[in-house]
Amino acid sequence: MNWTMAMPEIMLAVCAMAILVFGVLRKPDPAFLCTMLSLGALVLAGVLVLGSDVGSAYRGLFVVDGFASYMKLLILVGAGLSAVLALDYNVQEGISRFEFPVLILLSTVGMMVMCSASSLMTLYMGLELQSLALYVLCAFARDELRSAESGLKFFVLGALASGLLLYGISLTYGFAGTMQFGELFRALATPDGVSAGLVVGMVFVVAGLAFKLSAVPFHMWTPDVYEGAPTPVTAFMSTAPKVAAIALLLRALEVPFGHITPQWTQLIVLVSIASMLLGSLAAIGQFNIKRLMAYSSIGHMGYALVGLAVGTADGIRGVLIYMATYVFMSAGVFACIIAMRRRGRQLEKIGDLAGLARSDPGLALAMAVFMFSMAGIPPFSGFFGKLYVFLPAVQSGYWTLAVIGVLTSVVGAFYYLRVIKVMYFDPAEPAFDPRPASLSFVAGVGALVTTLFFVFPAPLVAAAQQAARVLFG
Amino acid sequence: MTGVNAAGFPILSLLTWLPLVGGLFIMTVRGEESVVASNARWAALWTSLIVFAISLVLWAKFDISDPGFQFKESLSWMPEFGVGYRMGVDGISVLFVLLSTALTPICILASWDSITTRVREYMLAFLVLETMMVGMFAAQDFIVFYMFFEGVLIPMFLIIGVWGGPRRVYASFKFFLYTLAGSILMLLALLAIWYRAGTTDLAVLMQTPLPVGMQFWLFLAFFASFAVKVPMWPVHTWLPDAHVEAPTAGSVILAGVLLKMGAYGFFRFSLPMLPQASQQFAPFMFTLGVVAVIYTSLVALAQTDMKKLIAYSSVAHMGVVIIGIFTFNAQGLQGALFQMLSHGVVSAALFLCVGVVYDRIHTRDIARYGGLAQRMPAYAIVFMLFTMASVGLPGTAGFVGEFLVLVGAFKVSLYLAYLGSFGMILGAAYMLYLYRRVIFGVITRDDLRGILDLSPREVAVFAPLILLTLWMGIYPSSFTQFFDATVHAMVESHTAALAAPKLAGIAP
Repeated sequence: MNWTMAMPEIMLAVCAMAILVFGVLRKPDPAFLCTMLSLGALVLAGVLVLGSDVGSAYRGLFVVDGFASYMKLLILVGAGLSAVLALDYNVQEGISRFEFPVLILLSTVGMMVMCSASSLMTLYMGLELQSLALYVLCAFARDELRSAESGLKFFVLGALASGLLLYGISLTYGFAGTMQFGELFRALATPDGVSAGLVVGMVFVVAGLAFKLSAVPFHMWTPDVYEGAPTPVTAFMSTAPKVAAIALLLRALEVPFGHITPQWTQLIVLVSIASMLLGSLAAIGQFNIKRLMAYSSIGHMGYALVGLAVGTADGIRGVLIYMATYVFMSAGVFACIIAMRRRGRQLEKIGDLAGLARSDPGLALAMAVFMFSMAGIPPFSGFFGKLYVFLPAVQSGYWTLAVIGVLTSVVGAFYYLRVIKVMYFDPAEPAFDPRPASLSFVAGVGALVTTLFFVFPAPLVAAAQQAARVLFG
Repeated sequence: MTGVNAAGFPILSLLTWLPLVGGLFIMTVRGEESVVASNARWAALWTSLIVFAISLVLWAKFDISDPGFQFKESLSWMPEFGVGYRMGVDGISVLFVLLSTALTPICILASWDSITTRVREYMLAFLVLETMMVGMFAAQDFIVFYMFFEGVLIPMFLIIGVWGGPRRVYASFKFFLYTLAGSILMLLALLAIWYRAGTTDLAVLMQTPLPVGMQFWLFLAFFASFAVKVPMWPVHTWLPDAHVEAPTAGSVILAGVLLKMGAYGFFRFSLPMLPQASQQFAPFMFTLGVVAVIYTSLVALAQTDMKKLIAYSSVAHMGVVIIGIFTFNAQGLQGALFQMLSHGVVSAALFLCVGVVYDRIHTRDIARYGGLAQRMPAYAIVFMLFTMASVGLPGTAGFVGEFLVLVGAFKVSLYLAYLGSFGMILGAAYMLYLYRRVIFGVITRDDLRGILDLSPREVAVFAPLILLTLWMGIYPSSFTQFFDATVHAMVESHTAALAAPKLAGIAP
């Protein structure tokens, strides 16, 4: 048994516990130090992921391949950026406690396990670890009603989704007799192996994962939880767990259920179209920027799923590129949102951004870049994300998906433009408080990656290509 | 980089990216607001003048006997997809690159005094816009083209929205969403062609025959994008709004260059790549062109806002261009190209003429003016010249294009030429009507009595445009020679494509 395959996860878990012990023993609360240690742990995990071998471990329950490594790196980037975002925010909100980075680390461990899951049981373990840490994070501002409500809501609905997932897993196990992806794949190769019960199980699994992905019709929790959770947690939720859930969905559908593609394709097409439509239409009526981003993320997941619906290696490659561009855009947007603070009070209305181009041109420019990019306007990275998911859709003749996709992106452009309009066209409001360096750093990194992606797209595209091929090995 | 082009250096990339470098420089300017504004103006002007000077190399070194792409550059970009950073100009695009580089310094000079807020950002937006425009005309790769084609929206959206008139928000959103909806459908067509051909090199794509059944849908997708950009009736309604709300220089660049992007798209993609579908759709396009010519001319006649009137006249003039393109003969195509160029110069100049009086009186209401000839003789002469050019008086730029298009239309159908020529009559009606109401008569309003004639800066703005208008009208060959070879090659390959046995696929 080659337990070193899981070295990054083990290291990260040990670090999380060590930091926890350190935080408990050390007085006064060493939140800053713990965050720095956690960032170090994340970087170390990234190095370990980069250097990891390919193979499977724990009797086939856990697999390490190019796909898992690609997704893990994205998750680590998302987690790291969110941890940085929380540094000054937590101090300003009076919730600066050392548990925060520890919970992020634990959640990250869960997500990395999800990426490497090669059995429905590992999948569930990773998902639960990830979710439990997230529930606590959502309620982290424990004196604030909205945060507590958000945590509770997320927990109740998340538990329901976990129940669905578990039910699906048990059905699958019952009808196929195995939980391991490789064996499931072989079992489903013959028409005899495919039974109605198994398909029902698969549908439940997809439903459970779609909940984590906040894809329509399992999206209801998203706007409320996004709005209520502390903003760095929202940033975290909208980056890393999305990547993990997509990774899981891709692997679960392509590997064990690879032989029953027609059965799940319809499902994904439907979810994708519904997400794109709702994400673009429902966002129009929003005035709270965090709710807006919630609907925007629903829409973005719809676009990413276009690639999965197509189901080819090119489609998967599109999803991977899309997620990479999305992580940086999303982290950057939330950095800008956290910077919306006037006289010590956090602001969340879109109208509060009025005249930002005059009072803080740098921040406005970064936000405008993210908005144009999310709307899919070239030369920003969001355009390339869309390009690489629509190309396979057109290749495989999914014209409905492609046409609905581009039309909803025009509708989506309306509300992204509205944010730019508020910042650039409206008369100036008083300036925001000076923003801490941590926010400038995250917004700057996000904006640079988003703007300059078009100069060197080749390395990322090649990495995504390689990662996508693994699933079709 | 494959080989060295005629200029000896990557001229097209330099022309494309130099404005952006100038823009980044402007962004670093710090200090007091008035100092920043002044520095930004000068930096933008010098950048655009240097770019223009470099672009003259294109004029000098362009080989007029070669119908293909010249000054080629090619860099690996996304090799596994057959996408490369490919630049090159042929007879069709070279003059539009020059038009873009020539109009940008004029725009910057025209906004010298009229823009007083956020000058640095304004100049930055114009330089970014120049990068996008030049890059679009110089792109020889579909994806590169699309990036610039869409990228134009960002600076233009901000120019209209930040420095525009009272209804700027409405106008900028309408402009952005209209164009985006169209061009994103083109993106799907692009993806389909890309998938089929395995490359996005335009030179290769033009030689790649596509099934007739597929061409039908591709043409519709391209039409959605380019018809909005042209703009063709009935999707032209964003244009009057955008023009009215945009600042003067914004209108100038919109009418001068951005409107050419649609017709350029028909030239570059629809015609050579979809010959059968273009032929099939020609009657449809003629109809829309004729409707645009007659209907929007009548609408122009009823306008009370000077900018709106000229905006509608633009739609009518672009209708003539569309008729010319779909005649598929050398005269029609040459006429269309010439009309695009002359419209680029003349309508830009007309918007500047409106800007001159708007800067002084701050209204565009035609009824507010009258008798300007008494106080502004030089302005009256300049305005007269461009009015005549817009009408299509022989000896001015406007004549050659319309004449050639009508000759081309005659070859296709007598009725088409007959209906198309209505544009010239109605054009004379609304332009002269406008001119009479603004320039002639007696001054009745007090604020007009003290109005000043053209300042030296304004003379400097108009001088090159006057020169160009007369040059294009008196000796058009110095311009037509650039696209002569390319147009003839296009007509030949179009005829050959139609004569070839029908490819697989059934037209719906």
